Amino acid sequence: MRETPLSNCERAFLLKCIQEKKRLDGRQTYDYRNLKITFGTDYGCCTVSLGKSRVLAQVSCELVPPKDSRPTEGIMFFNLELSPMASPGFQSNRQSELLVTLNRQLERCLRNSRCIDTESLCVISGEKVWQIRVDVHILNHDGNLMDVASVAAISALSHFRRPEVAIQGRDVTVFSPEERDPVPLSVYHMPVCVSFAFFQQGKDGGKFGFAESVAKERITVLTREETTLDTTDVHATAENVLSKADAPPEVVPSPVIVATGTGQVGEGLQNAWGLEEEDDDEEEEMSDAAKQKKKKDEVMVISDSEEEEVMILNQDLK
Amino acid sequence: MNSIHSCFKAQIGGVVLPGDVFRFNGSSVEEDSNIKAEKMVCGPGLRRNGDEILACKSGILRHKQPSMYWIDCQQKRYVPVKGESVIGIVTAKSGDIFKVDVGGSEQASLSYLAFEGATKRNRPNVQVGDLVYAQFIIANKDMEPELVCIDSCGRANGMGVFGAEGFLFKVSLGLARRLLSPQSEIVKDLEKIFPFEMVVGLNGRVWVKAKSIQQTLIVANLLESCENMTAQQRQALFKRVAEGAL
Repeated sequence: MRETPLSNCERAFLLKCIQEKKRLDGRQTYDYRNLKITFGTDYGCCTVSLGKSRVLAQVSCELVPPKDSRPTEGIMFFNLELSPMASPGFQSNRQSELLVTLNRQLERCLRNSRCIDTESLCVISGEKVWQIRVDVHILNHDGNLMDVASVAAISALSHFRRPEVAIQGRDVTVFSPEERDPVPLSVYHMPVCVSFAFFQQGKDGGKFGFAESVAKERITVLTREETTLDTTDVHATAENVLSKADAPPEVVPSPVIVATGTGQVGEGLQNAWGLEEEDDDEEEEMSDAAKQKKKKDEVMVISDSEEEEVMILNQDLK
Repeated sequence: MNSIHSCFKAQIGGVVLPGDVFRFNGSSVEEDSNIKAEKMVCGPGLRRNGDEILACKSGILRHKQPSMYWIDCQQKRYVPVKGESVIGIVTAKSGDIFKVDVGGSEQASLSYLAFEGATKRNRPNVQVGDLVYAQFIIANKDMEPELVCIDSCGRANGMGVFGAEGFLFKVSLGLARRLLSPQSEIVKDLEKIFPFEMVVGLNGRVWVKAKSIQQTLIVANLLESCENMTAQQRQALFKRVAEGAL
């Protein structure tokens, strides 16, 4: 079944709404919908809902021989699926353009940003490494799929624990959770994608960027103060991360929106997103720009992206 | 009294679930065989299987005198039914028919001659993306449904292309039916707040237009929120809106 087409009257109405800076559900231009993250009973299982969009992510791991080119690095594998349950417009077993884009972007967001320490996943160099597999299932499609998928994937990765292993010579012993506590992955930072839509090429009447975001500041604050906020596994994670890297430990306690309602950034007065107006002008009408961001202050663009509409804002790690 | 009716009577107004069985009591039918066979009409959600009737949707069992039964449910997927009026979106013009999306599993076709006053020479002005209010004249399983924008006398009778402005949104089929019922409280309550135009299709699509964009948005959001509210909650909400809470 094909997707419901957009009628002329809806199109005209939406454009008029945007001109008056109104949104259908009463949000402001830069307001995000409420984000809700729930964890399952199993390690690495996480459901994220944003408005009516719902995504399930499940992480699993397996011991495999490493790639020849990188004998000391673990393997990250991402798999995103669109089932017809999410939207009747999705067909199973078909590589749609959207699916390819989402998969590619999820990979770029999580693997290429090196948010997971892959070297710590090495068991025996050149012989055995952990393969971490992230399965993301879209349960309901109500927009912002990339955002929800990235949040679900990184939350599931942070929640995941892999079995402890012991190495004696060439023998690898994998301990069951009863024998030894499973160990968390070392997560350096938490990339989150945020989609924007630009209308009228961003020109007419100033800012038309309709952000779909939990305020960036909020997420950053949470990421950086996690040691005081998190209750259970902070010390273990911190020690683990510290022992392996000199980067600051990063554990996000459940990123719940602090304020009631939604985060609002830079509506009207000033642009808190660190983006200049010129950026908007380059965008096509209604194109999406996904952004990764970690720190609120200095934002710099590392332009490794192939697609024009995607830019990645990066922090400089102190 | 036929036993099948007594079997239904017990559950009228109650919730039934798919798989619930309403069974004839065979022996009592034989005893009463001298009275002539009563007919009963099974509406949506009820299916006959031999000498029993099965519920195939979850919802509330309804009854209309003398012997009509159906299940009122809140499903969202529309299945075309002959004679129902729906809001469709024209998706393509091909030759002498328009393809119209009605929210069903298949697109419906709409002949360009099925408009009031249309002739081969005088084609109706319909663009791709326009909204049409139309009626199903053919709606079968396994067949492409067909719409018309005229009644049997060739009059438009309210049907045709509409909606140059205004906003279209979707609600559940149950809410659409509630909005359309002549004694609908929702519409009566809502029109006290401010005037607006509304078109409701049985396929769950609702088009509204009020004086300003803001008012149109308010109407649309109020209608959507009516889905899961009791009458008191709704009246309280509408009162707050009327007093200028939004």
